[in-house]
Amino acid sequence: MAVKLLLDKAHIEGIRYYDTWRKNGGYTAVEKALKMTPDEIVEEVKKSGLRGRGGAGFPTGMKWSFLAKPEGVPRHLVCNADESEPGTFKDRYLMEFIPHLLIEGLIISSFALGSSATYIYIRGEYAWIPDILEEAIAEAKANGWLGKNILGTGFDCEIYVQRGGGAYICGEETALIESLEGKRGNPRLKPPFPAVQGLWMRPTVVNNVETLAAVVPIINMGGEEYGKIGVGRSTGTKLISACGNINKPGVYEINFDLSVEEFIYSDEYCGGIPNGKRLKACIPGGSSVPIVPANLLFKTAKGETRYMNYESLSDGGFATGTMLGSGGFIVLDEDQCVVRHTMSLAHFYNHESCGQCSPCREGTGWMYKILKNIEYGKGKMSDIDLLWDIQRRIEGNTICPLGDAAAWPVAAAIRHFRDEFEWHVLNPEESQTRNYGIAHYADPREVVA
Amino acid sequence: MSDQKFKVTIDNITVEVAPGTTIVQAARLIGGDVVPPTMCYYSKLEGSGGKCRTCLVEVSKGSEKDPRPMPKLVASCRTTVMDGMEVKSITSDKVLDARKGVTEFLLLNHPLDCPVCDQAGECDLQNLSYEHGAASTRYDFKRRTFEKEDIGPYIQLHMTRCILCYRCVYTANQLTDKREHGVLDRGDHSAISTCIGKALDNEFIGNVIDVCPVGALTDKTFRFKNRVWFTKPVDAHRDCPTCSGRVRLWMRGDEVFRVTARKDEYGEVESLENGKTAWICNTCRFEKKETKDWVIEGPTKVNRHSVISQGHYVNAVNGQPKLINDVIGKDPKLLLDIHKISDVNRPEIDLSQIEGPAHSDDFLPNQSTGTMKQIGKLGE
Repeated sequence: MAVKLLLDKAHIEGIRYYDTWRKNGGYTAVEKALKMTPDEIVEEVKKSGLRGRGGAGFPTGMKWSFLAKPEGVPRHLVCNADESEPGTFKDRYLMEFIPHLLIEGLIISSFALGSSATYIYIRGEYAWIPDILEEAIAEAKANGWLGKNILGTGFDCEIYVQRGGGAYICGEETALIESLEGKRGNPRLKPPFPAVQGLWMRPTVVNNVETLAAVVPIINMGGEEYGKIGVGRSTGTKLISACGNINKPGVYEINFDLSVEEFIYSDEYCGGIPNGKRLKACIPGGSSVPIVPANLLFKTAKGETRYMNYESLSDGGFATGTMLGSGGFIVLDEDQCVVRHTMSLAHFYNHESCGQCSPCREGTGWMYKILKNIEYGKGKMSDIDLLWDIQRRIEGNTICPLGDAAAWPVAAAIRHFRDEFEWHVLNPEESQTRNYGIAHYADPREVVA
Repeated sequence: MSDQKFKVTIDNITVEVAPGTTIVQAARLIGGDVVPPTMCYYSKLEGSGGKCRTCLVEVSKGSEKDPRPMPKLVASCRTTVMDGMEVKSITSDKVLDARKGVTEFLLLNHPLDCPVCDQAGECDLQNLSYEHGAASTRYDFKRRTFEKEDIGPYIQLHMTRCILCYRCVYTANQLTDKREHGVLDRGDHSAISTCIGKALDNEFIGNVIDVCPVGALTDKTFRFKNRVWFTKPVDAHRDCPTCSGRVRLWMRGDEVFRVTARKDEYGEVESLENGKTAWICNTCRFEKKETKDWVIEGPTKVNRHSVISQGHYVNAVNGQPKLINDVIGKDPKLLLDIHKISDVNRPEIDLSQIEGPAHSDDFLPNQSTGTMKQIGKLGE
């Protein structure tokens, strides 16, 4: 039986409310944490090996220890709830159904980092969730977990919820900070990093919702115990939001020793692919990570089983691997068209590019227009090479990772599904009436049988 | 602390600079071809730079303490030097490729209206595409266009030409006391605008024309009046109650066609002796268009490679000595040698020996007088 650390109480009725949450062991972690020193908490988080759950997978403890602590300058913790990556909706589940877990994590992290004003920057489209969070914050405050002199420790903390305007770019931490300051959400140039000059030029830590929620089990069970769960450098548990052509889409808490095959086909998780269709491809970590065809999904290029963890999914680099990313697991069956899929992703990144730096501003639109031509039967063979050239010149040359995020899906689609692009170009009329299908990528399960 | 110097090597040329200097500034101390092109960076504007990505360089050695190379190309305008840093600008194929890519991206939606654009001849984007651009575009879609917009009585905004360098936004924010100029929308349809449709009426707002690297912001008192290379720049000054009054007049004969601030070789407004930037006020720029308003100091020194210098000076100032020998023989400026590939333009023909204005027929091999010329003579 898999260990559940975040969603272990999600099934309890009324867990959204303070009384139920408290009855079921809520806020014990805060009690425990406020008896420790801030440095001890950072040390526990470091020991746990927790890695950022927002997509980049940077060790949280290390990020916290980078926080500059100049005398007399307030520090801030910002919770990044601007979850806008297509395919990712794990934070929404956490905030909507177990908001007190996040509040608890925020109080502990604020104490550890010395933030007296903590912000939750929430995606604009999550219109109803700020109310849930504000209600939870009010309950916590009424019960003395927030406000002045929490539990008599002399630590003051307030949590504010700020709604975003619905821009994907504001999920990038420096753009988020700009937006939080009331400015246009353009990413800042780094350095200086937010840990030195962030919100209002004060030292700031920006963490994902799930990362901050994971601090609660770390304090409850101790960093060392938490670090024992998982595989290698992937410790703890991860929320995966599964969607696409699967029988049971939803948010699942997984352990890192779960194989990808089991995740898709077992009834405990996604429950297989509906209507007896075969698996074509999968994007395991939100729309910006490279797409992998079915033959590379269950087994790595070396023939080893692929597991749902940071290392195993990225085995083989971008040539044959992908990334765990934010955990937005999108499954494509044989009826899906990779060209169309790539086109709609390119459209998304074109729409969401902030327009600050030229490769991303101009390149994303160009890629979208070319993909649109190919998809609608007006493409040329040279367009495929041109796409490759464009993505190559965007990747790594932009201010923020949005450029990379726009380039990777296109690169991976061409890398693995070039024949499908070529088929679209060579058969402009046929490609309007039927899909290319699964091609020569056999369903790995059939090969085994 | 203040006399501490960092050694930085750019394209195998070492220079000593003060800590906190950016790579671009260090490269400008060396000068010549190793200076990365900058479209958005403006050393006189705080916070500018990092956006256009044309100044990307490769840092092959981080510093003396941490010799690891930087994983990605970095924007040299916003990256400060470290002691012992080694930077590759035009010696790195990766950098040249990235610049070629950025140039292509910048030109994607830029209209090819140089023949009617007032900026032509002093346009940063023209220079950039001459050095790093490809011969033709691979973009076969409709370019994005905007309506022309009048922002105030003196300035016209032609957003179609804009490359979104944000320089004018920083200028308007830093020179004027209220924020009235910014960016609307996002992505490839984002637009520079005033909020909303308002006029820019500040006394110093004319400087946005000077900082614009392309022809997006133009001087309405000069629009379509003349080509910049037909006008002759002279330095002049007057006693101005608002600004330093030190300007550059662009004259043709005795007529002043245009007044701008004095710019250095990187297209940036020069600094005064007191360290301040010599921005000029609207009165100097737009109102004083007669020679009697000005005390003329003398002709501006213009680099002989500049199109501005064409036809004006016998004793043009020579540019920096070439650094080709130092930097593995690469000269990105020289795309082709016209004398080598052209049959027409033959250096052995002495122009002074040709009677009357030279015609292309005069340069044809084995032909001393061309038919075209005869037709031309018949026409007379």
